[in-house]
Amino acid sequence: MSQSTERIGGIYGVAAEFEDAEELLAAVRALRERGYRKLDVLSPFPVHGLAEALGIRRSPLGWAALVAGVTGASAAFLLQWWTGAVSYPLVVGGKPFFAVEPSVPVAFELAVLLASFAAVLGMLALNGLPRFHHPVFAHPRYPAVTDDRFVLVVENDGERFDAVQASEALRATGGEHIQVLEAE
Amino acid sequence: MATVSQPAESPLVLEGVTLTQVTSTVAGVVERRTPRAWWFAFAFTGSLTLVLLAMLTYLVTTGIGVWGNNSPVGWAFDITNFVFWIGIGHAGTLISAILYLFRQRWRTSINRFAEAMTLFAVACAAIFPAFHVGRPWRAYWLFPIPNEWSGMWPNFRSPLIWDVFAVSTYGTVSFLFWYLGLIPDLATMRDRAQTHARRVIYGLLSLGWRGSARHWNHYEMAYLLLAGLSTPLVLSVHSIVSFDFAVSLLPGWHATIFPPYFVAGAIFSGFAMVVTLMVIARWFFGLHHLVTMKHLENMNKVMLATGLIVGYAYAVEFFIAWYSGNPFERFAFVNRALGPYSWAYWTMVACNVLAPQLFWFRRFRTSVPVMFVVSLLVNVGMWFERFVIIVTSLHRDFLPAAWGMFRPTWVDLLTLAGSFGLFLTLFLLFVRFLPMISMSEVKAMMASREGA
Repeated sequence: MSQSTERIGGIYGVAAEFEDAEELLAAVRALRERGYRKLDVLSPFPVHGLAEALGIRRSPLGWAALVAGVTGASAAFLLQWWTGAVSYPLVVGGKPFFAVEPSVPVAFELAVLLASFAAVLGMLALNGLPRFHHPVFAHPRYPAVTDDRFVLVVENDGERFDAVQASEALRATGGEHIQVLEAE
Repeated sequence: MATVSQPAESPLVLEGVTLTQVTSTVAGVVERRTPRAWWFAFAFTGSLTLVLLAMLTYLVTTGIGVWGNNSPVGWAFDITNFVFWIGIGHAGTLISAILYLFRQRWRTSINRFAEAMTLFAVACAAIFPAFHVGRPWRAYWLFPIPNEWSGMWPNFRSPLIWDVFAVSTYGTVSFLFWYLGLIPDLATMRDRAQTHARRVIYGLLSLGWRGSARHWNHYEMAYLLLAGLSTPLVLSVHSIVSFDFAVSLLPGWHATIFPPYFVAGAIFSGFAMVVTLMVIARWFFGLHHLVTMKHLENMNKVMLATGLIVGYAYAVEFFIAWYSGNPFERFAFVNRALGPYSWAYWTMVACNVLAPQLFWFRRFRTSVPVMFVVSLLVNVGMWFERFVIIVTSLHRDFLPAAWGMFRPTWVDLLTLAGSFGLFLTLFLLFVRFLPMISMSEVKAMMASREGA
């Protein structure tokens, strides 16, 4: 049953294909019950209920956007105050050099701009993208993952990982095209 | 294979369509050999784009006087075109962001298309103020970056500078939103690629997306955040565009109704443009089972609703002009309806208020020829709305001694035509090289309905 120890380090995990989402969710739950904690699923669209089944926590991106948004608005107020009242005070139409009300549109726009960048760049950073090579691309059924199939990966957790056991667990839950993925 | 059971009524995706058929239909458009008709269309719109480039070159080398702008009509076709194009973009953001937050699932088949329209419309819009400044090589002075006049900064107390921030933020965030939505589909294109070049290009553009559940978790949060940020953004953009007028003291412009009136008009014109383009694309690329009559009918309903808001705004403007007791304000509106530009005013009313009334009837709402003609009329009408607001207000303001008339020059007309060329050229490139329907979202919608 056991793999030779030198190979275990070189294994990324074991992956199997599933045809539909229900079957996949059942498989994820069954594997987690058997003690597999490091699981991942590749899917063509976000599967409802999968994040909970995998034990994935809510994304913290909202906080990143909030911080960026507050930064953007503050920077805009500061910019408008400094350029209008300090660096280049010029009387235009008798208006005050700086006032909060006319500064709101620019502050709002910069808040939205920075928060949007934080959301998108934060998403890429948290996901480790761009990354053009990954062990799962070696799975023979990988290309179908962006079409209509699901691939469930039991990842090597570096502890008591046994590729043969994991393969059998995947087979027991209905997975097909079970394949051991080499680490890069 | 996952098939979709028959839905109760007016399907969003026709029955019996499988997930993989969604992929092959949408990706197939991009992968097939370029249709001959596409080349003809591209040759035509490409030529129009060259006309735009020629007109702008002529403008820059000769001077702003090649346009018909004069004193008192200092804003004319340029600002009309700017407001028109920005408005067109609003439907894209409305569909992608606001309808997303309201969980309107019918948006799914059309959001990518409408978002692309937003981007290209903003690109066309940005040209006009940039060249209207007269010295476009100094257009960067609009941004607060240090320039050769050290210590000189933009005047942040002017709505024109708010507009710079609103439009550039809008363009940037629309691009981010559009690109974010494209990433999973670009990965699909990469995985289906038959040639090395395609695999490399789509591979790079997809940033190595692999559809991991952990990635989807962050991705969906980012998408939700962008939808939540774009919603107030899109409402702010045309509000700020309307401030360009409303914050001035000119009769006909100085009105508190402007922000909601402009936003409703923007959505109205934007939906008209989506219908115009979608009817063509759906027929040409055979997307009937993904873009169903239900989508088109819903868009027509939005046009009816926003058209009524716009009609109401026209009426309120007249009422307030009378009720204000201000003779200049009253004159501005009498002049609008009965003055030398009354033909433009009544064209606007006929196209924007009367034409959409056909959509009260299901028969017309679900007729492709009728909606196509009405959407074209609304596009025309909304262009004239901006022309009427801008030119009729400026040409006769206070003292009759300072009155004047505006007549477009051939350069004005060809620049406007050329901007349509640029818009349509970008659109043709988009439908040729990128999946025009969001495959991952359509599949998610189909899967969730099946599970329900």
